[in-house]
Amino acid sequence: MVSGNSASSSSLSMKSDEDIVNNNNNLRVLVVDDSPMIRKLHDMYLKKFGLKVQVAENGKQAVDLFHFGASFDLILMDKEMPIMDGEEATKELRTMGVTSMIVGVTSLDSPNEKQAFMEAGLDYFFTKPLTTDNISFILQELNKKNNKN
Amino acid sequence: MERNPMRRQLAIMRKSLFDQGHLDEQFIELEELQDDANPNFVEEVVALYFRDSARLILNMEQALEGKPFDFNKLDGYMHQFKGSSTSIGAKKVKAESTLFREYCRSGNAEGCVRAFQQLKKEYGTLRKKLEAYFQLARQTGPMETASRPK
Repeated sequence: MVSGNSASSSSLSMKSDEDIVNNNNNLRVLVVDDSPMIRKLHDMYLKKFGLKVQVAENGKQAVDLFHFGASFDLILMDKEMPIMDGEEATKELRTMGVTSMIVGVTSLDSPNEKQAFMEAGLDYFFTKPLTTDNISFILQELNKKNNKN
Repeated sequence: MERNPMRRQLAIMRKSLFDQGHLDEQFIELEELQDDANPNFVEEVVALYFRDSARLILNMEQALEGKPFDFNKLDGYMHQFKGSSTSIGAKKVKAESTLFREYCRSGNAEGCVRAFQQLKKEYGTLRKKLEAYFQLARQTGPMETASRPK
């Protein structure tokens, strides 16, 4: 599992925008964050990459979506949220058998807290705010994962 | 070189926000996301930030009225505030948040009060400058693509 801000450098360029968007047209992403600002920000980042985005305000909403049959290729999961936090939601989703890529996105600065969040079942962990390089990296890994299956 | 005087003024205002250390590269990331389909994206994100952060500042003010201070609670609020501030590139505000958290973690009540006052000052300055900037931006109309400060 990879944590921190590791990412291959792959900024959006005018020439490759269309290719990137076309490749990502079928990927569905769930952004789970209690902050309207972060939801808006990540929604915009992801749509630039041609992704279909849905948002949830807390971990419980995210879990309920899966209970009701929704499925996503990628979940961006905040840690600190009311009702159900990201760590608990991640554990719950993995217990349910959800195999979507789950990426923790948080401003946690305690190594122990980061470790605990990763151990809940994350695939990757990034510090807020996400950057275009982070998203490029995540999508590369997601495409590799999807090509294997 | 910008010929239109209002656009020139807008460019000067923008540059000073970076030169004076109020904003960092993250703000440029927001500008780079803005497009014709979302022409007010940056202003909308910043408006959400000010809405969220006003609530957090009020929570912290209330928490600072209690004696003794609940440092964990204060640290929790400031953690959220710092995260939001980082997301819009509010450089000075972020620095003051970090200092406040250090005082919280060391249980320094006086330090917390001082740091909070300074934070509110920086926050107030940033808010005033950004509100003026966006007001002028609305009058001026769409600008050229975001440029990184030299």
